[in-house]
Amino acid sequence: MAIHLNEKTKVLVQGFTGQVGSFHAGNMIKYGTNVVGGVTPGKGSTKHLDKPVFNTMKEAVEVTDADASIVFVPPPFAADSIMEAADAGVRYCVAITDGIPLQDMIRVKRYMRRYKADSKMLLTGPDCAGSISPGKCMMGIMPGHIYLSGNVGIIGRSGTLVYEVVSQMKDMRIGVSSSIGIGGDPINGSSFQDHLSAFEEDSETDVVVIIGEIGGSQEVDAVMWARDNMSKPVIGYVAGLTAPKGRRMGHAGAVISTVGDSAVEKLEIFQECGVTVVPNPSLFASTIKEVLAKLS
Amino acid sequence: MDIHEYQSKEILADYGVSISKGGLAYSPEQAVYRATEIGGECWIVKAQIHSCGRGKAGGIKICKTEMEVSTAAEELLGKELVTHQTGSQGKICHRLYVEAACDIEREIYLAFVLDRDNETITIIASIEGGVEFEELAVSKPESIIKIAVEPAVGMQTFQAREIAFALAVDKTQVNQAVTTILGCYRAMRDLDATMVEINPLVVTKEGNIIAVDAKMSFDDNALFRHHKIAELRDKSQENTCEMYAGDLGMSYVGLDGNIGCIVNGAGLAMATMDMIMYAGGESANFLDIGSGASPERTTKAFNLVLSDEKVECILVNIFAGINRCDWIAEGIVKAIQKTAIKVPLVVRLSGTNVEEGRRVLIDSGLPIIMANTLKEAADKSVAVWKQSTCK
Repeated sequence: MAIHLNEKTKVLVQGFTGQVGSFHAGNMIKYGTNVVGGVTPGKGSTKHLDKPVFNTMKEAVEVTDADASIVFVPPPFAADSIMEAADAGVRYCVAITDGIPLQDMIRVKRYMRRYKADSKMLLTGPDCAGSISPGKCMMGIMPGHIYLSGNVGIIGRSGTLVYEVVSQMKDMRIGVSSSIGIGGDPINGSSFQDHLSAFEEDSETDVVVIIGEIGGSQEVDAVMWARDNMSKPVIGYVAGLTAPKGRRMGHAGAVISTVGDSAVEKLEIFQECGVTVVPNPSLFASTIKEVLAKLS
Repeated sequence: MDIHEYQSKEILADYGVSISKGGLAYSPEQAVYRATEIGGECWIVKAQIHSCGRGKAGGIKICKTEMEVSTAAEELLGKELVTHQTGSQGKICHRLYVEAACDIEREIYLAFVLDRDNETITIIASIEGGVEFEELAVSKPESIIKIAVEPAVGMQTFQAREIAFALAVDKTQVNQAVTTILGCYRAMRDLDATMVEINPLVVTKEGNIIAVDAKMSFDDNALFRHHKIAELRDKSQENTCEMYAGDLGMSYVGLDGNIGCIVNGAGLAMATMDMIMYAGGESANFLDIGSGASPERTTKAFNLVLSDEKVECILVNIFAGINRCDWIAEGIVKAIQKTAIKVPLVVRLSGTNVEEGRRVLIDSGLPIIMANTLKEAADKSVAVWKQSTCK
């Protein structure tokens, strides 16, 4: 089953004909993702990578019946594209774009509140590596071959740190049900908690790993929610133990600005909430293995 | 992007915020000229640096005579001011702002922030102005007022009025307070600021409401649509390495340790620093070189890390996803050949084509210490660093 994405998911690529969009759309198609077309305003009625190109998302969804989209549109126009996807009735959207202005994201989030819960698009990112249900569907810029299919759900902020984790897992023959990148921006489409609840309901997921960072309260909100609502074990890590206060560590959202933002504080709450904390970033796979062993 | 106090005040004045008469000076003569131009009997000479806490660092001087203005200017220009925000290096003052002093009745704290948890612009105010917000949050948390702005419609007048009354502003001054608050909000919204802070906002003995200090920061990602704001950038206030990295599309943060790091991806870079800490060492920097570790980029990354004289060992940790390890290894070899690296170098590659990548590094004959796992990389870096520096 996995979460959000499976072999049936029909994917549209926004910013399809651009250099970045073309490259990654090509990789997604090679992986086996059901890419049904793309959108580039002004290039409608043409073909790209053997798939139809549309001028608008509305038209693209009408023709292809797509239920998901991935955004490679440059930062100045990306917020607009995300809202276009929401309006076209797409169910799941991955925003890869890094560098969307914060006030644009505030507007996107406010705009999406106009939809009722059952018709609301689920947005992941921006500034993320995407989502993958190994062997079924890849919507992102990740190297698909490092993910084995299995029963571990992953939610992470950083792309490469998740790659580190799944390649450690691959070495130990541990697979992934779905891996969701929520991105490194301070204001993102969906939080750790949004996906924890999906993993809790997913029959193919037995444990969930959350890979957080310094900055913001989403990691803490998620584990507090998990303590009260989840039956499945949660494993966690928060990167940036040595980050100084007030300095932005690469990601726009990775900055310690207030009480509770630091990795140490977050990890303390992880422990209080019964999350199995990974002792150091080299021990992700072995920690997951131990937790899985206790289950069986 | 941060800007100076005088620049923030110019912007806010355009949005209806009252400020004292003032002017910019680059020399003691200019400072005196500004003082005579402003008139009156008391002036404040303020060092323009990108930092809070200038007062405590001796960057703000109250002057009663033109002679005092000149002396203050002479003392401040070219001086390195160290505050709790600048780090031990401090920031050099190249510009002064000379301002008319005002008779202060009381001081208010007023700030506008982008609230990531509520996904709104939030106004924070307190009747206890003049101290830094961090202190306020500890000493007088009950005095802090917070109001969030609904993004769809923007800040409403009633909200500004609520704040004004909560700040115990006299009824004759409420309209002026509302103009100030709404003006700050509009500046923040129109110009994609991430923060506007007026501390203190002063109620003068004459009954005026004046921004005595002002600080604004802007969203770097939105500068493309605010050319006039982008032009306010003062590179002399920025860290050279961080600026150079930014121009290359990399992120660099200088730290206090001795082990230089070159990593792709922000999360992996932080995890690598964590691992160095667990191994008993300390990182000299955070460096995310971004995607595409080409030979050119890798060379530049080495130069960047080595520009910090504290670096006594380098750890390279690259995850090759879309790119292959052998291609990245070739880049590392070329970078080492171009750069005179006199410190031990530990390289850990993972991802696609790891074996081919390792072979490229071994075949190069260069003194590269290889590591397979993150732990091994950190352990080896700390070990060779200790060995080479006899620690």
